[in-house]
Amino acid sequence: MNYLALMQRVGRTQAETQVEPERLSRRSFLKFGSASGFALGIFSGASQAQQAAAPAGGLKPFEQPNAFLRVEPDGTVVVQVNRLEFGQGVHTALPMLVAEELDADWSKVRAELAPAGDAYKDPAFGIQMTGGSSALNHSWQPYRELGARARAMFVTAAAQRFGVSESQVKIVNGVASVGGKKATLGELANDAMKQPVPQKVTLKDPKNFRILGKPTRRIDQVAKTTGQQDFGLDVKLPGLKVAVIARPPVFGAKLAGYDAAKAKSIKGVVDVLEVPLDRGATGLAVVADGYWPAKQARDLLEPRWNTEGVEKADSDKLLAQYLEMAKQPGLKAREADTSALASAPRKLVAEYSFPYLAHAPMEPLNCTIQHSGDRCRVWVGSQFQTLDHMTVAGVLGLKPEQVELNTMMAGGGFGRRAVPGSEYVMEAAQVAKAWRAKGHSEPVKVMWSREDDIRGGYYRPLHVHRAEIGYDAQGKVLAWKHTIVGQSILMGTPFEDFLVKNGIDGVTTEGVVDTPYELPLSLDVHHPKVNVPVLWWRSVGNTHTAYVMETLIDEIARSVGKDPVAYRKSLLSEKHKRHAAALDLAVAKSGYGKKQLPKGRAWGVAVHESFGSVVAYVVQASLKDGQPVLHEVTAGVHCNFCVNPMAVEAQVQGAALMGLGTTLPGAAITLKDGVVQQSNFGDYTVARINQMPKISVFIVPSADPPTGMGEPGLPPLAPAFANALAQLSKKSLRELPFKLT
Amino acid sequence: MSTTLNVNGKAVTVDTDPSTPVLWALRDHLGLTGTKFGCGAALCGACTVHLNGQATRACITPISAVAGQKITTIEAVGADRVGKAVQAAWQKHDVAQCGYCQSGQIMSATALLRANKKPTDADIDGAMAGNVCRCGTYARIRAAIHDAARSLA
Repeated sequence: MNYLALMQRVGRTQAETQVEPERLSRRSFLKFGSASGFALGIFSGASQAQQAAAPAGGLKPFEQPNAFLRVEPDGTVVVQVNRLEFGQGVHTALPMLVAEELDADWSKVRAELAPAGDAYKDPAFGIQMTGGSSALNHSWQPYRELGARARAMFVTAAAQRFGVSESQVKIVNGVASVGGKKATLGELANDAMKQPVPQKVTLKDPKNFRILGKPTRRIDQVAKTTGQQDFGLDVKLPGLKVAVIARPPVFGAKLAGYDAAKAKSIKGVVDVLEVPLDRGATGLAVVADGYWPAKQARDLLEPRWNTEGVEKADSDKLLAQYLEMAKQPGLKAREADTSALASAPRKLVAEYSFPYLAHAPMEPLNCTIQHSGDRCRVWVGSQFQTLDHMTVAGVLGLKPEQVELNTMMAGGGFGRRAVPGSEYVMEAAQVAKAWRAKGHSEPVKVMWSREDDIRGGYYRPLHVHRAEIGYDAQGKVLAWKHTIVGQSILMGTPFEDFLVKNGIDGVTTEGVVDTPYELPLSLDVHHPKVNVPVLWWRSVGNTHTAYVMETLIDEIARSVGKDPVAYRKSLLSEKHKRHAAALDLAVAKSGYGKKQLPKGRAWGVAVHESFGSVVAYVVQASLKDGQPVLHEVTAGVHCNFCVNPMAVEAQVQGAALMGLGTTLPGAAITLKDGVVQQSNFGDYTVARINQMPKISVFIVPSADPPTGMGEPGLPPLAPAFANALAQLSKKSLRELPFKLT
Repeated sequence: MSTTLNVNGKAVTVDTDPSTPVLWALRDHLGLTGTKFGCGAALCGACTVHLNGQATRACITPISAVAGQKITTIEAVGADRVGKAVQAAWQKHDVAQCGYCQSGQIMSATALLRANKKPTDADIDGAMAGNVCRCGTYARIRAAIHDAARSLA
């Protein structure tokens, strides 16, 4: 598929998708009338045909397409969330914005995940997407304005009902009142929808916030603790079948032969289909009445694979190659005069390596498709609804308006569900196509096993960094020659035009190329091409760049006897007040520099900005029988205005733990002769409860528009831990997972 | 072949291969999807149910082995005093993020508190280490278990 054409088809050009979020006031507004209830719809660039087709009446409120907000007669306020919820809390955060401006009764607010639709595209990126910790930052203004517009319409309706001027109407906690006269938002909903949608609105002064900024429990918490929350894997439909796919053990290999007889003899198996798969591979889909017969049948297929002509990656060999490559000049990402290196009084040469990492979200990938010929319905927990939607349409030869894509709650994403080429959705569409071609019409849920997930590629790429640093006895850095080697994530994807410049992938270099430290740092990059699919993994380039920068800075400081916190602050320019604030807060709350540590423990510090937010960690660690132990973590966070401190604490704790996870033995995907060596949680290590230290989170107060916190808690944890361990072990930890022996 | 199971206090018949794990009988035959699939190999705990009150991994337990024995799932654990306290504590501490592992976490935590009224952090680690959470909600899980224990004292 021609991805550039695809992006143009979805109505955005490169120019339109540059940085500033569009103001919604420039867009046309449409409001849906209906028999009861109120719905406010907002179109971005909707075609004339779409607007004309928007129904003025006759549809029930919950059948209104592309609406963001509806108020039921009983006062329930339902907000359409234009993102995927996979744990980060957007399902609660965006409704909070609406509820605040609308002055709704928070206890009556509910959320739904919007299906794929023009109205739900991110204003800055022009596609419906969730990623880059961007939801709150990009939707802060639009969702507040939505609430404010709705409020104005309710005020007008109340003013009419009470026979007063609008300025006399108060709305507090879902109730409109003038003197002794009262009406709830539910009672006013029908009248409110008759009002014209105001273009200009005034947003609340933050000092009047009643909801925003307060610790708020998640709207989906009760459902998730009672087994009531459905995820993509839980989709139930009449006649639903389950498919599991037999994929080649080497990426891109083709099916050479198989024997379906035993597989088809399993009770409950309906068919075995040959299907084209990702990266030119071919494979088999077993379709059955449920997962168990499908899985048993797949185990009996005896597929033979033709692995000629596909590169068989070997991670040990790649590492050796990358280390050599890192010594060579590459593409120039950042210029600096490093001539002082040769004559510097002190020199440091460091080589770092980072393995492939699997995301391993708890809910394995899945996608349900019901293909009825001229119509198709999809259920998927997607981070890229626009791209997935277009992919299904493309594979099935349908027009976009013939495909309905429903966004399901997802059991973790971490980037795995944001696939620029929509591969797993493409495969599900291929299964649906082959299923239908054989005369079947039931919906099919393609399910991945955990083994499929661990072995299925789309990893955080393997990376090597090399730094040659010259400095003096006071710690002044005279030259810093930095090289990164790693596969590009974005080349060959729809994001290439936006994020790959001069052959350099911006998501490889982030965190080094834009370091906040004043340093004469030059950066060279090599992007080898390897037959291993790669993808962004929670905090992307920062997963390795933060580790390198924060351990090197710390090492230089300690080698000249300077306090690592003071040293960092001396390198941070005036521009980076947020870094200093986050660091100061973590230091103040941790007792660093004041508290006496128990014997055998050391302090470790790191600070890093990613996706617009800054997180600083001060940690306490020790070595127990040579094994690293993280005891306590204190976080200082700068995320501008904090919409929900309860959610930010959760995100920092979770991201920190995921960062800790990267240090554990076995937290690595390795390949030998093209075959992934790991298969499940037994040989791919993830952090468990016994590894979780105490993590206290403190947030710097701010009134600026919020910056995201889904990812920023991850990058600084491993380096802070390493910095403590380096003092105890007297060894620099130059690889992840940690290797102390 | 037919197997009769006792699920959440009711006798139900499942007509399928007797080697079918309880997990798939629950999800695909009985429509009880609160119990989740995370690994299929008893490595992650997402499929935890109670078998005669004991935490059990449903993904590797064939229905043939548990015919007639008491199976309790997340959908019914709140009917019990301990389960109810655990769910309330989970909600108070806003434990779940994506929530996918939490059915299993709650089932394991409930079984722990039935057996141990005042677990230490080490007891909690021991009982809960089999339940993976990729979102990293462990700190709040610990706090919620302590809180539930206090409320049941």
